[in-house]
Amino acid sequence: MVIFSVYVVNKAGGLIYQYDNYVPRAEAEKTFSHPLDLVLKHHDEKVVVSFGQRDGIRVGHAVLSINGVDVMGKNTADGKDILEYLKDPSNYPVSIRFGRARLSSNEKLMLASMFHSLFAIGSQLSPEVGSSGIEMLETDVFKLHCFQTLTGIKFIVLADPRQSGIDALLRKIYEIYSDFALKNPFYSLEMPIRCELFDQNLKSALEIAEKAGNFGAGS
Amino acid sequence: MTVHNLYIFDRNGNCLFYNEWNRKKQAGISKEEEFKLMYGMLFSIRSFVSKMSPLDMKEGFLSFQTSKYRLHYYETPSGLKFVMNTDLSVTNARDTLQHIYSNLYVEYIVKNPVCVLGHSLDSELFSSRLDAFIRALPYYSPRAA
Repeated sequence: MVIFSVYVVNKAGGLIYQYDNYVPRAEAEKTFSHPLDLVLKHHDEKVVVSFGQRDGIRVGHAVLSINGVDVMGKNTADGKDILEYLKDPSNYPVSIRFGRARLSSNEKLMLASMFHSLFAIGSQLSPEVGSSGIEMLETDVFKLHCFQTLTGIKFIVLADPRQSGIDALLRKIYEIYSDFALKNPFYSLEMPIRCELFDQNLKSALEIAEKAGNFGAGS
Repeated sequence: MTVHNLYIFDRNGNCLFYNEWNRKKQAGISKEEEFKLMYGMLFSIRSFVSKMSPLDMKEGFLSFQTSKYRLHYYETPSGLKFVMNTDLSVTNARDTLQHIYSNLYVEYIVKNPVCVLGHSLDSELFSSRLDAFIRALPYYSPRAA
């Protein structure tokens, strides 16, 4: 029962705060010999598996490190292109670590803005009058909860699908935002939140929510 | 407890079928634009979910809910998308959508030699069976307008 991350989006759709509480990294490291039986391709400045799923290495996983040394985007740490490196039989046997690529800050910004728009479209396509935007989005591995305040700020929490008490947690995060960000005289509205007390209190609220499994109303 | 409407999209984004039972509010745009917007929203949600997901997903996006309705989504391996809007009391319509696919779509459209796949579904048998099936659902009740 886990809370993965928290995002706060301002009313223009820009990400102003992001915190990763728990990031499960399923990685697989294997030693390969020439020729490589996985098909790799360039995607978004990374090298990802496009075909040849096996042994914990899934399609979409990115190359994280080669021979123990972390890669830098499309190139190895020495600056050589990864696909060229792997075509050369003299470099084998080689040990490659694959896993889900971590999201860069830019990608998080884009995803937050994307959600901001999807939230609005969810309200427009409603078959019922007076619908809000997307408040909860469910997949098989996580549930995304969103709470929009009257001023247009969205608090988004990604959690395990079985985690309960997220509504109360969202209200609590709003309370922490108004106490430690809004009341901070050095904080400008709609700007990225860089307030230590906000971070600390958010972390402890998440811990309480995870332990209790259910965030009590009287906390 | 009610079903508002149902969309069926093919893998290219064409809306093959649409029917509504209890829709209170129209989107304010033409039907064609609404289909495109719906498909675009679903495509974006799927891409969003695959990037955001902390773990590898098997089924992907299942449903979302707002304060007034819930959208259920089911996609077949061939790229056919079934989208149903219901009210909030319906928590899991995945089996329903799967049933619509295997027992109605496959039976009355795929197995029909006259129906061209990829074009709008204009089989009357399919429409009437689907309508009867939806009305027979335990969570469907025609609301007094």
